[in-house]
Order: sequence, then C-alpha cells, then structure tokens
Amino acid sequence: MTSTTVKAPRATAERARSDARATDRSRASRKRTGPSDNRIGWGFAAPFTVLFAVFLVWPLLHGFYLSFTGQSLTGQGGELIGVANYAEAFADGDMWRSMLNTLWFTVLSTIPLVVVALVLAILVNTGLPGQWLWRLSFFLPYLLASTVVSLFWIQLYSPTLGPINNVLGTLGLPQPAWLQDPDTAMIAVVATTVWWTVGFNFLLYLAALQNIPDQQYEAASLDGAGRWRSLLSITIPQLGPTTGLIVILQVLASLKVFDQIYQMTTGGPAGSTRSAVQYIFDTGFTGYRFGYSSAISYIFFAVIVVISIAQFSITARNRKGAQK
Amino acid sequence: MTAPALAPTSDLRAPTADRGRKGHKPGQKPFGPMAVLSVVILVVLAVLWLLPFLWSLATSFKSETDAAATPQTWIPAGGFTLDAYRGVLEQGNIPVWLFNSLFTSIVITLIVVATSALVAYAFSRLDFRGKKWLYVATIASIIIPPQVLIVPLFYQMLAFDMVDTYWGIILPQAIAPAMVFVLKKFFDQVPIELEDAARVDGAGRIRVFFTILLPLSRPILGAVSIFVFIGAWNNFLWPFIVTNDASLLTLPVGLQTIESAYGIQYAQNMAAAVLAALPLILVFLFFQRQIIKGISTTGFGGQ
Repeated sequence: MTSTTVKAPRATAERARSDARATDRSRASRKRTGPSDNRIGWGFAAPFTVLFAVFLVWPLLHGFYLSFTGQSLTGQGGELIGVANYAEAFADGDMWRSMLNTLWFTVLSTIPLVVVALVLAILVNTGLPGQWLWRLSFFLPYLLASTVVSLFWIQLYSPTLGPINNVLGTLGLPQPAWLQDPDTAMIAVVATTVWWTVGFNFLLYLAALQNIPDQQYEAASLDGAGRWRSLLSITIPQLGPTTGLIVILQVLASLKVFDQIYQMTTGGPAGSTRSAVQYIFDTGFTGYRFGYSSAISYIFFAVIVVISIAQFSITARNRKGAQK
Repeated sequence: MTAPALAPTSDLRAPTADRGRKGHKPGQKPFGPMAVLSVVILVVLAVLWLLPFLWSLATSFKSETDAAATPQTWIPAGGFTLDAYRGVLEQGNIPVWLFNSLFTSIVITLIVVATSALVAYAFSRLDFRGKKWLYVATIASIIIPPQVLIVPLFYQMLAFDMVDTYWGIILPQAIAPAMVFVLKKFFDQVPIELEDAARVDGAGRIRVFFTILLPLSRPILGAVSIFVFIGAWNNFLWPFIVTNDASLLTLPVGLQTIESAYGIQYAQNMAAAVLAALPLILVFLFFQRQIIKGISTTGFGGQ
C-alpha cells in the first residue's frame, strides 16, 4: 500500500493550513471511494495526460469554437457568427460532392480490400513453401509512403508512357486516360489503394486462419468433406469475427482518405475524386477560411461517429446472434 | 489513409502464452488439382503485386530520354544508367529529408511509447482519483480522426511559434490513445503475483514498473514501437501542413515537391521514390518476424 501520506506541515502557517485541508480531503475521499495511489497514479499518468490535453482535447474544443466564427488565417473574423458556417456548408454543393466522393471511395475500396485480402490469405495458408516470399510480396507495398506509391502509379497510369496502356494497346483494347478522365480517375485511385494497403488486412486474416484449430479440419475430412466444403463450412464462418473487425477498420480508414488522391489527382479532374478530408484541407489551407473549414471538419467527424456506431452495433448484434 | 487502426486483441496474451505457430496445417494433401490451381493464382497475383516495383525500378535506371520515349520498354534502347540517381543525389535534398524523417519519427516513437506505457500501467494497476474519467476519455478519443484537427492544431502551432520547426512536426503526432489501450490490455494480463512478490520485498511502484513489468513487455513494446515508427515515417498530411522550409521537410513531403521542382523527369522521379522506399524496406527485412507477429497479435498499423 502506497498511501498518499501528507507530510507534517512545517513551513508557514498558510502552508500548514492548506496541507491540513488537503489531508482532510484525501481522508474523506478515501473513506468514500478509496483511491489509494493518487499521487503515484497521476505521476504515471501525467506525461500522457498533458500531451493528450494540449494536442488533442484542446484542439478538439477549439476547433468546435472556431466553427462558429469567421476566423481566417490572417487573424481576422474571429468573432462569433452563430451557425452561419454550418448553414453555408449544408448548402455547399462542393462539400456534398466531397462527402459523396468519400463514401463512394469507401464502398469501392472496402469490398476488394476485404475480399482480396481473404483470398490471398486462404491461398497462402494452404501451406506452400516460401511463406516469407508470399508475405513479402503482398505486404511490401504497405510499407511505402503515400508519396512513393503515388509517384509509382502516376507513371503506371500515364496515358502514353504507362505500361498499363501499353499492354491494353497491344491487346487492342481502349486506352483510357485514367487519372485525367473523370470516369476512370476514381477507379484508378481505388486500384492503387488496394495494391498499397491490402497487405495489412491480408496479415490479419492470415493470423486468424492460423488460430483455427486443426482438429476441426481433421474431423471434417473424416466426415468426407472436401476442401471446398471445409472452406465454406469451417474457414469462412470461423473467420466471421475477424471479417467484422477488418470491415470496421477498413471503412474507418477509407473514410479518412486524403494522401494518395491528393497526390495523384489533386482531387480532380473536375472535383471527381476530391475527398472530404481534402475539402477540409482546401478550405482551411488554400482558402484560408479556418472557421468554415472547422465547421466542415465537425460535419465530417459527425459522419464518422454515426458510421462507427452503426457498424459497432451491427457487429454486436451479429455476435449476439451467433451465440444463440 | 493514415490512422492507427484498432483490431483483435484476442492473441494478446501474457508472456506465458504459447507462441509462434507455423503457417500450414498438417494432414492436408499438398498436391490436389485445387492445390495446383491455387499455386497458379497465387503466383499470378504475387507477380502482379511486384510488377509496379519492378517497373519503377527499371525506369529509375533509364536515361531521361529513354524514360520519355514511346513506346516504353522494360530494357531501354540506350541501356541502363545511374544518371537519375546521380541527378537526384546532387540536388542534395534527399539526405536532408531522410534525416528529418528519421529524427522526427524516432522522437515521436520514443515519446509515444514512454508516455503510453506509463499511463497504461497507471490504468492497469493503480487506483487514483479521476482514473475512470481519464480512461474513458482516452478510449473515446480513439475515434477522433486526426485529420479533423488540422485547422485548430495549425492555429495552435502558430500560437506556440512551432510552424516550421521539428517540434511542430513531432508534438501533435506524439499521442496515440489506441496504443495506450493495447498496452493496458497487455499489462492487465501480466499476473499481478509477479509484482506482489517484489513489493513484499520493499520495491516501490516505479521500481516494479521498470524492473518487472517492462522487461516482460518487451515484445509488445517492440510491436507498438514499430507501428508508431512506420506511421510517423509515412505520415504525409500533418508534416505537409506544418512545414514549408525545404530543409525541414520529411521524406514523403519532400518527394511531393520534387515533381514541380525538377519538372517532368520520369527517371529522376522514380529514382527518388526508390531511394525513399529503401529505408523502410530494409527495416522490414530486419524486423520481418516482429512486424508480422506484431500485426497479428495487436492488429495495429500505422496507416
């Protein structure tokens, strides 16, 4: 028991009084709730708590305040203007466009990022030799900075110099302008994202696959179940919780997309790939409208919270259903 | 796509837990028609995944003339050359950016791991007033996308005079509530008896933390460090916002500027990208087992 022992008051009378008050307080609180490690506990918690308060809680609150002002980067317009920013945002076609682009990107990217990861993990997990080589091939892109990925793929998608159109041309297929065409830019960005980040989900699936007890497969094969049978009736159901988690994580990650789109298309052509985060960035750091940008940040934050809560409650319900 | 992600903690067991199961199952026939088909699909996919690397690598060894020639070929007409690398290195920025990335990422990792481990210990073992509130606030904050804080954080950096400084890059990235959660869960599973024995012998909380808990937690601390490091190393948006001075840019942000700075020089762009990719690939080759194990046990990643 390290208790908060209060030193005997020595110095001034004032100090003595305040120490006595502190003693009374801590005695009283110990009787009520019994926290015994106040001093040491806060000692351990302090470094994190200070950073947390200054660089997370405060910006969060300040951003909320800013969203009700007309603040600009130059320092003007700091006075409160009520909900004008929010009213403007809800009537702002560009904002809605960026939100819809983000949702569309999330749908388009999450599906392959889950399905391809699962297929890769099942194929690798069949016990082929060269495990490290397969893992390396699929996980390596995940280690690249977004800028490196973008530089690689801008080259690959180049309408005239890119190998993709080279191959399509040889096969006699149409050669789209990829990143420069509003019809194909989003698909191109999604394909790059799948290449870049599927390795992470792949490793999560691989780990989950290795946790499925072998006895289940042995029992199934004694019952005469083939590989397909075992895959459908053991592997996929056993991976259910992992899939639920990967979907949740992937949706949240995809909603926050910015880097690769900004670098590959700057949100274009004609705003067809501009994401919500980029719209926050553009209004804040190109338009210098901090107040308006904060309001959009909060709208976006609300969207993320709603989607997260929805996802978690669906997963929780499924889990409960599975237990019954 | 950058944000620490939260995932299964089921395999996060105390040090006594079994470890290291190999990747394949006994009792399955290796050579059925299904197996052959899966090998073929796997090889095709692996090649598909490696091709972008190989193409970029090939381009980086071309002369600028060959890199801009149509149609493009794997082997350039003028043969391979190191000119692009020479050109990139002569501009002199890449080594500076490399240092900036290394320095800021290491400091961020040290701060995050140290502060998270301390607070996680307090959450797991100590009883102090306000603990519940602090814990709930920490967990709840995992949902906050760092991207929505860029405007108030930049405002704050202006007030602290930290725009275009290393601290400006480092401090806003130096908190990772998700990592606190992972470490707390891990500490919870370390048997308390180990500590009680030492405490009976008169060791204080601080001594117990450093001499008993931390050594037991080396694998999880390693995993957390690697992820924080990868996340910081690859972070683009925040350093992009807070730095302007070319001598303070991190590697990912610096790379973004070269296209405009060098003009359209395909081979040099690729050479710069390859150089920027190398450090983390080397880190991965050295720490492959820890990284893969880290992902599978904690499910946390930098992106």
